[in-house]
Amino acid sequence: MNHSLNKRNGVAIVGVGATPFGEHWRKSLRELALEASLSAVAEAGIRGKDIQEFFIGNMSGGMFTGQEHVAALVTDFLGLNPAPAIRVEAACASGSVAFRQGYVAIASGLYNLVAVGGVEKMTDVQGGWATAILSGAMDTEWEAYFGVTFPGIYAMIANRYMHEYGLTREQLAKVAVKNHYHGSLNPNAHLRNRITVEDVLKSPLVADPLRLFDCCPISDGAACVLLAPANEARKYTDTPILVGSCAQASDTLSLFGRRDMCTLDATRHAASQAFEESKLSPEDVDFAEVHDCFTIAEILATEDLGLCSKGRAAKLYDEEQTFIGGKLPINTDGGLKAAGHAVGATGVKQIVEAVRQLRGEAEKGRQVKGAEIGLTHSVGGSGATAVVTILRRGDSIP
Amino acid sequence: MVGIVGYGTYIPKWRIRVEEIAKIWGHDPENYRDGLMLEEKSVPYLDEDTATMAVEAARGALRRAPHVNPKSVGALYVGSESHPYAVKPTATIVAEAIEATPYLTAGDIEFACKAGTAGIQACMGLIRAGYIKYGMSIGSDAAQGQPADALEYTAAAGAAAYLLGEDNVIVEIEGTYSYTQDVPDFWRREGERFPRHAGRFTGEPGYFDHVLSCARGMMKQMGMSASDYDYIVLHMPNGKFPMRAAQLLGFSREKILPSLVVTKLGNSYSASSMLGLAAVLDQAKGGERILMTSYGSGAGSDAFSMLVKDGISEVQELAPTVEYYINRREYVDYALYSKFRGQLKGFG
Repeated sequence: MNHSLNKRNGVAIVGVGATPFGEHWRKSLRELALEASLSAVAEAGIRGKDIQEFFIGNMSGGMFTGQEHVAALVTDFLGLNPAPAIRVEAACASGSVAFRQGYVAIASGLYNLVAVGGVEKMTDVQGGWATAILSGAMDTEWEAYFGVTFPGIYAMIANRYMHEYGLTREQLAKVAVKNHYHGSLNPNAHLRNRITVEDVLKSPLVADPLRLFDCCPISDGAACVLLAPANEARKYTDTPILVGSCAQASDTLSLFGRRDMCTLDATRHAASQAFEESKLSPEDVDFAEVHDCFTIAEILATEDLGLCSKGRAAKLYDEEQTFIGGKLPINTDGGLKAAGHAVGATGVKQIVEAVRQLRGEAEKGRQVKGAEIGLTHSVGGSGATAVVTILRRGDSIP
Repeated sequence: MVGIVGYGTYIPKWRIRVEEIAKIWGHDPENYRDGLMLEEKSVPYLDEDTATMAVEAARGALRRAPHVNPKSVGALYVGSESHPYAVKPTATIVAEAIEATPYLTAGDIEFACKAGTAGIQACMGLIRAGYIKYGMSIGSDAAQGQPADALEYTAAAGAAAYLLGEDNVIVEIEGTYSYTQDVPDFWRREGERFPRHAGRFTGEPGYFDHVLSCARGMMKQMGMSASDYDYIVLHMPNGKFPMRAAQLLGFSREKILPSLVVTKLGNSYSASSMLGLAAVLDQAKGGERILMTSYGSGAGSDAFSMLVKDGISEVQELAPTVEYYINRREYVDYALYSKFRGQLKGFG
């Protein structure tokens, strides 16, 4: 699969904003979306009417809160009318797919300034309901109907992966330990407690072999970024960040349809396109924000993105190379595991984190030194949708 | 000054361990033992309910106030969320049993786990206004927890009664403070057998917001801080919440442990913080100061700043102590527990 692209404009991120992720008992879906969007707008020093289109990622406002038509709601309350508003749904990749729509709108030359938001308010329903709603992201007829949940799906992947590659339970725990450590340094993270391998192994069993501390939390949150053509970016900011590429790929909705249970082919395809479009290779990446809804997902992502070869990810964790300060820092904000997972917002929040790292704005102890190139990776369902985005410092922009 | 004139408690002797409940449902008991600091909970026998336990506690309160003629009790309130009758008061049963009838006002109060402390405040008002000489407020519950729900591990039974007045006061109530909002974190609708709850929502926006705001407001009103108090008593839905709240309020472990009866008794709902206070009073000395804060879902907290008087040592042994009731125990398995709680189909 190789399609040539007809890219007219380079794309730059000129403003970002995000709410903390967590249990926002006192904030509604709309308040979260407005808070994140307004901080992005304030950062870029623009006015609402400058925004030509608003794209928003939201997986299931209807099921979580009863609110559909989320894009119109947010656009209205932001005072952007009559700008067009589009809600994008791609399960847990909703935010990153929305981002790609914004990217396409600028790269194609259609618009000069667009906003991409992501929002999810998940804690209005109880945990069991949230799990059931999230199950809508798998093949409901052929998977969920028979009682499979996402922890169950990823547990099957983990079991198979352990069988194929000899990954140990302790190695899997190291993913969560690292992400909680990063989360402890991030004031906007949902979970900020540091944990040990033993804590993970002692936490309640969810779906064998996955335990509670292998699973990301259910979070509320929102994020927003503003995109403009690269050659206009300096109008808005002194620290524009270039979108080197943003690629998306699809695979079977069901796990049982996959070529290989231990590989997310959608991630592989999206990554190879993203590297090709940006003329970069995995060795160039200074840090990565990957989709770690479960610890096993981060192991798979690290390999499928090409950051290490198949079956070798655990070694990176044994050697602590994925910590900030290591050779390949992964999930510098704590990832989905510790920073939280507000499904529709997560993909956009990853972009916000990467932008802050590239600008050198991350908090003390959390900043990746000299970061020039960052990668974000987002997955919908168990791997039916994957989006890979490569960002780089915009120093070259005149 | 209005204060406590006598206090009494009651706890059924039957217990069930968290391991026994966890075994039935395939849960991991460590989640409850370590996670929520629970070991076992009290279980009422088939013939014990909110009314019988309230009577026992009321009698204990009168035994600790030998100078008080029951006929001089001018108000009696029973706070509970498990009144035996939907319509017909528990308070009249208790008033009759302690021979306080007929010249008194009585009523049942419902405010989840804090109805009993709301009753204390009502009595304080009537006494200070000069309408009555003595008033009694009781927190009593045979709490319902749906089988397999997290609440089944905590829903326990017990009662605590406080006789209030202005003479022969053993504990002065220096001040009271309340904090109330409409927060649907836990409820049971008319006709439903078991309460429902909103999961983690009962934590921060429920328990912690109300308990912390109320306790802080009380201390501010008194111009006092954690160091001025020798004990803190909080509502105990489990062991973890009050320990965490006490820490956030600046109290050391030593100041909350004497009242932390939940680990051995479970959550006796309306009786919970009132039993914790009784456990402290059983060992308190004149001159010691106590901060108590109840919590009722729905939601609200009542706080009391109290100063123990020397006279307490003369009444502590006049009725069974909380420690006596805690040690008086026999264990039941889940089958007997089901029978006691009327959970076996086709029986009772």
